[in-house]
Amino acid sequence: MFDDANIIAGLEIGTSKICVVVGEQNAEGVLNIIGVGQSRSRGVRKAEIINPEQVEEDLRAAMFEAEQMANVEIRSVYLGVSGGHVRGFNNRGVHPVVSADREITGDDVDDVVKNAKAINLPAENTVIHAVRQHFFVDGQDGVTNPVGMLGARLEVDMHVIHGNANRLQNVIRLVRATSLEVDEIVFNGIATAIALLSSEQKELGALVIDIGGGITEYVVYSDGVIRHSGVLAVGGDHVSNDLAYGLKVPLSRAEKLKLEHGNALLADEAKGQSISITNYLGLELKRVNVEHLQRIMSLRLEEIFQLIAQDLESVGLTDYLRAGVFLCGGGSRVPGLVNLAEKVFQMNVSLGQTSAISGLTTALDQPEFATAIGLVKFGSLKNRRRAERPFLKGLFSRLLPKS
Amino acid sequence: MENPEIPQPPVLLESSDAMSVRIFGVGNAGAALLEALSQAEFAAAHFAVINTDPVALQNSSATVKINLENKLLRGLGTGGDPDRGRALAEEQFSVLKAACEGAKVVFIVAGLGGGAGSGISPVLARAAREAGALVLAFVSMPFDCEGNRRESQAQNSLEQLKQSADGVICLPCQKIFKLIDENTSLVETFRFTGGFLLEGLRGVWQLLTQPGLIQVHFVDLCALLRDRHAENAFAFVEACGPGRARDAAEKIIAHPLFDEGRALAESDAVLVSLMGGKDLSMAEVNRVMDQIKRHCGHAQIIMGATVNEAAKEKLWVTVIAAKQSQTPASVIPRTEVRPVHSVPAQREVVMPRPASRPRRSSNKMIQSQLPLSIVSKGRFDKSEPTKHNGEDLDVPTFLRRGVPLN
Repeated sequence: MFDDANIIAGLEIGTSKICVVVGEQNAEGVLNIIGVGQSRSRGVRKAEIINPEQVEEDLRAAMFEAEQMANVEIRSVYLGVSGGHVRGFNNRGVHPVVSADREITGDDVDDVVKNAKAINLPAENTVIHAVRQHFFVDGQDGVTNPVGMLGARLEVDMHVIHGNANRLQNVIRLVRATSLEVDEIVFNGIATAIALLSSEQKELGALVIDIGGGITEYVVYSDGVIRHSGVLAVGGDHVSNDLAYGLKVPLSRAEKLKLEHGNALLADEAKGQSISITNYLGLELKRVNVEHLQRIMSLRLEEIFQLIAQDLESVGLTDYLRAGVFLCGGGSRVPGLVNLAEKVFQMNVSLGQTSAISGLTTALDQPEFATAIGLVKFGSLKNRRRAERPFLKGLFSRLLPKS
Repeated sequence: MENPEIPQPPVLLESSDAMSVRIFGVGNAGAALLEALSQAEFAAAHFAVINTDPVALQNSSATVKINLENKLLRGLGTGGDPDRGRALAEEQFSVLKAACEGAKVVFIVAGLGGGAGSGISPVLARAAREAGALVLAFVSMPFDCEGNRRESQAQNSLEQLKQSADGVICLPCQKIFKLIDENTSLVETFRFTGGFLLEGLRGVWQLLTQPGLIQVHFVDLCALLRDRHAENAFAFVEACGPGRARDAAEKIIAHPLFDEGRALAESDAVLVSLMGGKDLSMAEVNRVMDQIKRHCGHAQIIMGATVNEAAKEKLWVTVIAAKQSQTPASVIPRTEVRPVHSVPAQREVVMPRPASRPRRSSNKMIQSQLPLSIVSKGRFDKSEPTKHNGEDLDVPTFLRRGVPLN
């Protein structure tokens, strides 16, 4: 119970906040969220670090909070990464089965996966994830595990997510500098999808959109596997910036207006409304038209969705999203966003709910925490997989001497 | 240029016509331009002149003369102050409205920059619209040498006119200045520039009055001219003989107002109207359109064709190209909507760019201008730009799409 091995922490260094979630995995592999820490993030723009010192300071604050709450010491984290440089694409690897009896072995599978990973990346890029989608055995589609089957030609489709090595390394180094270990780096979009989607939804096909402060990530699942992923370096900050520009108010004020009066669609009651901005003495400085405010927001958010929709259209996935679209991230708090998304995507849209995890309900309910929770869940899945093998071996070794 | 020897009074006969058109000349320039119009050709239209100067008004041959006058002016005109002109027009708004009553389409011809033209035209446009007419304004912008006060007055007025009229076709005189021989007399120069404006008017007139085989509706025209915060360029060319289609196309591309075809390449929407005799062939239409299309790149093209018995062997082509203004000055939200005294949008570029050295026409590789980076990207100023298909997503969406906030 007090063994450190089953404490899993997820760390997301976002543009607007740094967020740590601590989970505890019991012997059965069930995950329980026991602590959450967050702090304002000041040294990040568009999900990329621009001021390491400030980020480190904020990171320590968030860590401290999470450790306090969970009453554990965090030694290592699953680190979420993102940024405009991250790209995802599908690649196919081919491998001829050479053994005499044409039976496909585990080695063949390893080889074909290796072939699929051997792709022409730009020199400065490195692979973050390479996820298997489906195997093909002599052209037969949809094989999930080919070991033991007969065939002459083994192929595999992989989804490869890659990013700029130096920029990824920057984040890792920064976390290591705070004497934390990094278990693994995970693309934020995948972490979010893991947190939000049930396996049934993954099977049906779903699009997860995480609208963060500086960046929007999206991932498409279908047939239980990742089909597509993408990053759009546009987020809530852009909305605030548009407002600041369009309404001619300072950025901080724009941020506040966005939170108080924002709407993704033009609300009827906003027509012709205006609000006054007052200074600290309560004197009116300026009047702001709510209709303009909402129109500026609406255009920006609509554009984000349209760009995603275009992207999905171009890869031909629009018809595969039978479970619909799931929104999360701080940006999804904008009123009317679901309706706007429904208008753009022409399908069922809902706010994502972190599923199948128990623990602090306050943390689970908030769309901002989805990514960090997903990181913890990712870690727990890894742990479980790792735990399964030694456990079985131990079982056999205990059984064997008896007989 | 035309001799108004047969001042055929535009009779009521035409008022039964579906298209009842009134052409207003506003101010001295407007009146002079109207004089130059051939009455015969525009027989279906009613001519009216509005001025503040009774002397100038007397010389006009238009059927309706409206003298805006009050005691304050003492018969001296507006003295080049558009505010006076505007105040006067507002005062006698009902007179203007009555003058527009019953018209389907109102053309306003004026020279901006002075008192009467700049002041009255926007008000007249509003009056005409209130009277239920579609309003299209043909205005000229002053020469550079007329001083920056007139320039800014003209800009200001143009802004207002764009708001109140359905469409504005604007001719920057300075552009034409460069085409004129140095020894041309002043009178000739003005006639020349006026001629350009009238060509445009004539083109639009024919567009609307001649029954088209492929009809261009007035609505199309207005859609093209309105809300684009546009600079627009237009050309009206005539060609005859066997090679007339090629001739016409070449003339259009080489038309001085199109900057050797560059205006076409930069335009967002182009309206092309062809008119020829009974022998107008599809191949000819095709040839002209082909040439134009090749030069316009991505622009939306609206095309119309008309057959006119009178055209005989001639082919007339009217092209209006509208370009979305790069500088989003006029979409910047105005928190308070002030009806008349709106802030002059200084950055609106209506004047053409300084004419470049002559380039070969038929040159498809046209270097676009680098936009002056006025739009600040705020907090993303120093970060890596987010490019998507060449669009900088850091720039506010409403600016990129040109959504007006007012």
